[in-house]
Amino acid sequence: MIQALAEQGTQMMVVLVLAPLLTGYVRCVKARLQRRRGPSVLQPYRDLQRLLNKEVVLPETSSWLFRAAPYGVFSATWVAAALVPTFATNLLFSWSGDLIAIIALLGTGRFIQALAALDVGTSFGGIGSSREVMIASLAEPALIMLVFTIALIAGTTQLSDIAAAVLSPTLGLRVSLALALIGFVIVAIAENARIPVDNPATHLELTMVHEAMVLEYSGRYLAMIDLAAALKLLMYASLIACVFCPWGLAPPGSTLARTGLGMAAWAGKMAVAGTALALFETIVAKMRVFRVPDFLGIALMLGLLGTLLLFVSRSL
Amino acid sequence: MTVPVVLGCCAGLLLLAVAAGPVARSRHASPLIYGSTGAICLLVCIAALTGGDDALVLPVGLPWLGAHFRLDRLGAVFLALIDLGGTGASLYAIGYGRHEPAPRRVLPFFPAFIAGMNLVVVADDAYTFLFAWELMSLASWALVMADHRSADSQRAGIVYLLMATFSALTLLLAFGLLAAPQGGYAFADMRAGALPPGRAALVLTLALIGAGSKAGLMPLHAWLPLAHPAAPSHVSALMSGVMTKVAIYAFIRIVFDLLGPTTWWWAVPVLTAGGTAATLGVLHALMERDLKRLLAYSTIENVGIVFIGLGLALAFRANAMPAAAALALTAALFHAFNHMLFKSVLFFGAGSVLVATGERNIERLGGLTRVMPVSAACVLIACMAISALPPLNGFASEWLTFQTILVSPALPQWGLRLLVPAVGTLLALAAALAAACFVRAYGIAWLGRPRSACVERARETDRFSLAAMAGFAALCVLAGLFPGLVIDALSPAVQLLVGGRLPSESGLPWLSIEPSADRNTSYNALMVFVFIVGAATTGWVAVHRLGTSAVRRAQLWDCGYPGLGPASEYSAAGYAQPIRRVFGPLAFRSSETVMMPPPGDLSPARIRKHLHDQAWELLYLPLCDAVLALAELFNRFQFLTIRRYLSFVFLALVGLLLALTLWQ
Repeated sequence: MIQALAEQGTQMMVVLVLAPLLTGYVRCVKARLQRRRGPSVLQPYRDLQRLLNKEVVLPETSSWLFRAAPYGVFSATWVAAALVPTFATNLLFSWSGDLIAIIALLGTGRFIQALAALDVGTSFGGIGSSREVMIASLAEPALIMLVFTIALIAGTTQLSDIAAAVLSPTLGLRVSLALALIGFVIVAIAENARIPVDNPATHLELTMVHEAMVLEYSGRYLAMIDLAAALKLLMYASLIACVFCPWGLAPPGSTLARTGLGMAAWAGKMAVAGTALALFETIVAKMRVFRVPDFLGIALMLGLLGTLLLFVSRSL
Repeated sequence: MTVPVVLGCCAGLLLLAVAAGPVARSRHASPLIYGSTGAICLLVCIAALTGGDDALVLPVGLPWLGAHFRLDRLGAVFLALIDLGGTGASLYAIGYGRHEPAPRRVLPFFPAFIAGMNLVVVADDAYTFLFAWELMSLASWALVMADHRSADSQRAGIVYLLMATFSALTLLLAFGLLAAPQGGYAFADMRAGALPPGRAALVLTLALIGAGSKAGLMPLHAWLPLAHPAAPSHVSALMSGVMTKVAIYAFIRIVFDLLGPTTWWWAVPVLTAGGTAATLGVLHALMERDLKRLLAYSTIENVGIVFIGLGLALAFRANAMPAAAALALTAALFHAFNHMLFKSVLFFGAGSVLVATGERNIERLGGLTRVMPVSAACVLIACMAISALPPLNGFASEWLTFQTILVSPALPQWGLRLLVPAVGTLLALAAALAAACFVRAYGIAWLGRPRSACVERARETDRFSLAAMAGFAALCVLAGLFPGLVIDALSPAVQLLVGGRLPSESGLPWLSIEPSADRNTSYNALMVFVFIVGAATTGWVAVHRLGTSAVRRAQLWDCGYPGLGPASEYSAAGYAQPIRRVFGPLAFRSSETVMMPPPGDLSPARIRKHLHDQAWELLYLPLCDAVLALAELFNRFQFLTIRRYLSFVFLALVGLLLALTLWQ
C-alpha cells in the first residue's frame, strides 16, 4: 500500500517536474537543426521562475474567471497527465479515470482556457478562442474514434490494460493500430499547438491560436498556463508511448530496480518523441488556418476507418 | 397508495388551474399559485421515489373502458423526473413570475401543463394516455401563446399546434394498431396481444414519428426552436427539460413495453434519427444568436443523444443481450435526467438575463458576470455539465453511452455493425461541438465587456430564482460526483424493460462506476474531483509560496492597442464563423458573399452569409406548397351552380353503387 502510494506520488511529481524539460529539449533540438545554438534545455524552468517572481498585471475588465482559469487549466491537465502510465502501470488511482475520461479532462482544461480568453473582451482573445474551439471540434471526435479503435483491440478503455493488451504476444500486427498511431500523432500535434497547426514560437501573428488566447496573462498566471501547456505535451507523448510502445513499463509490485528501468525506458521514449517532433516541426511549414480542418479530418477518418475495420473483424 | 396520491395531486393541480383564472390579477396570486404548484410537485416526486407499484381503475372516460392508471418502475422514474423539474420551475417562477406582464395568460395553464405531463406517465390505457397527452399539448400551447401579440409567438403557436396535432394523430394510429382487432385499449391487453411483424414495424414508425416530433427529433423538430423560446422562461425550462422527456417516455412505453419482442432492424431508424438530431441540433445551436433559441436547438441535440442510447438498447434487446441493453438504456435514461437538470438551469439563467437586460440577442450582451455573479456561477456549472466535462453529470451519461458503443461489435448483424461506428462518430462530433457551442454562448453573453447599454442597468436576479438555479446546479454536481446512485435508482426500470441491469454500483469501493462486471473499465468522478481540487490548491499554495502575490490592475494590453471600445470584441457570429466554414456547406448549404466597394468609394464593405435550414426547405415548404396547391384545386368546387353540385351527387351515387356491385 505504502509502495503503491509512493509510486503514484512519484508519477504525479515526475510528470510535473519533467514537463518543462521536454519542452526545453524540443526547443533545443529545433535550434540545433536550424544551426542555432539556442537556449539551454533548462530555459523553461528559468522562464517559470522569472514569471513567478513578477507581479501580475490584471486587465481592468477581467472577472474572477480570468484569475481562476489558470489554476483550473493547470489542475485539469495535471490530473490527466498523472492518470497516464509513464514508467509503471496499474498505479494506485489508475482506475479513477479511463482513456475517455483523460481526454474529457483535457477538454475541461480547454473549455476553461477558451472562456478565459473571452473574459477580458479583446479581439485577440476572441480570435484565439474561436479558432481553438474550431480545432477542438474536430480533434476531439477524432481522438474519441481513435480511442474506440484502441479500446476495441484491447477490450477496455483502461490505459494499464491497453498497455498489457498491446504487449501480449497474441496481438500480432494490426492495420487498425497503425491507422490509430498516425491519427494520434496528428491530433497530438494539433492539440499541443505545434507546427503545422499553430506556431508555439510566434507572437503577434494573425495565424496564432494558443498564444492569442493567453495574450493578456502575465506573471504567475502565465507561469501556470505555460506549465499546463508543457504538461499537455508530455502527457500526449507519454500517452502515445504507453499505447503504441509500452515496452519497459514496470508492472505493479515491481522492485526498485525494475521501476528504475521503467523510468529509463520512459526517458528514452520521451527523448525519441521530442527529437521526432523537433525534426517534423523543422521540415514542415505552418498551414493556413482553414487547411487545419482537412488535416484533422484525416485523423477523424483514420479513427472511423480503424473502428469500422474492428467492427467488421476483430483481427484487423 | 401511490397512484391515488398522484391522481389526487393532479386533481389539486387542475383545481389550482381553475382557481388561478379569477384571482390572477391579485398581487399575491402569482407566488401563491407557483408556491402551491411547487409543493404539490415535490409531494408527487417524493411519492414516486418512495412508493411501490400500484394500479387503479376509475369509472370515468369511455363507458366500456374506464380510466386505467398504473405506476410501474419506468413510470416512477419519469414521474420523479417530471416533478423534480416542476418543483424547480415553480420555485424559479415565484420570483420570475412577478415580471410577467399578463399573469392571466400564464397562471392557469402552468399547473394544468404539469398535471397533463403527470397523467401521461400514470395512464394505463390508450384513451387516458391520449387525453393526458392532449392536455399537456394544449396547456403548453396556451403558454407558448402567452405573449400573443408578437408575430414570433403567433407563428410559433400555429406551427406548434399543427405539429402537436400531427403527433397526437400518429400516436392515435399507433394505439389503434396495437389494440386491433379485439379493441383492447387497456395497456395490459396490448401487452398480451402479439402483432404480426409488418404491423409491429408500422407501430414503431408511428411511435417514432409521434413521440419523436414531440421530443424534437430531426426533421420533425421544426416547431421546437420556435415554440420553446416563445414561452416564458420557466415554461421554456419545463418544455425543454421535461416535456421532451415525456415524449421519450411515450416512445419507451410503446416500443419497449407494449410492442413485445424486438426486431434488430428497428434500431436502424432510431439510431439514424438520433445521430442526425445530435449533430445537426448542436450545429444549429452554434449558429444561433438568440439565447433561448440556442438552448432549444441544444435540446434537440440532447434528445438525439438519448435516442442513440435507446436505439442501441433496441439492437441489444433484439439480440438477447440483456447486459448490454441495460447499459444502453441506463445511459439513455441517465442522460434524460441530466438534461432535465442542466437545461432547466440554462433556461432559468436565460430568463434572468431577459429580466435584467430585456435582451435575448447575445450580440448585445456581455460582462454579465460582474453584475450577476451568482447566476453566472450557476449557469457556468450548467454549461460545463451540458458540454460533457468531467467531473459533472453530463460526462457521466455520455461516458456510459460511449461504453455502450464499445460493446456493440458483439452485435451479429452487419447493418448494425456498420451503422454503429458512424453513429459513434456523430455522437463524438456532437459532444465536441456542444462544448464549442457553450463556450460561445457563455463567453459572449456572460463574459467580456458589455456590448450595449442594457447590461449597465442589469441587477442580480431575485432570491427564489437564485435558489432554483443554485439547487439544480448543485444537483448537476452531485449527480456527476455520485453517478452510481443514479444508476442504481434507474436499474429497476431498466430491469423491467430489457430483463437485465447493470451491476450494483453503490457497493463499489470509492463510489466508482463500472458498466459491466467482466470488463475492467471504471470511472470515478469523486476521485477525479478530489484530484482536481487538490491539484489546484497545491498549485495555488506553491505559486504563492515560491513567487510573489503582487497584483496590479491596469488597462487592457490588447497587443498594444488599448482603448478600443467593446465594438472591437468578438461577436457571436464571428466566433462561429470558423465552424460555419468547416461544417456549414454540408449542414446548411451555407455561403458567404463579400461586397467590396471599388477603390475610391467610401461606402462600407459588407459580408453577407446565407444559411439554409434544410429540413424546413426540403420537407416543410414543399409540403406547405402541396397543401396550398391542393386547396387551390378544391377551391374551384366552391363556386359552382346547383346543377353541377347535383350532378356530382348523382355521379357519386352511381359510382358507389357500381363499386358495391363489383365488390360482391
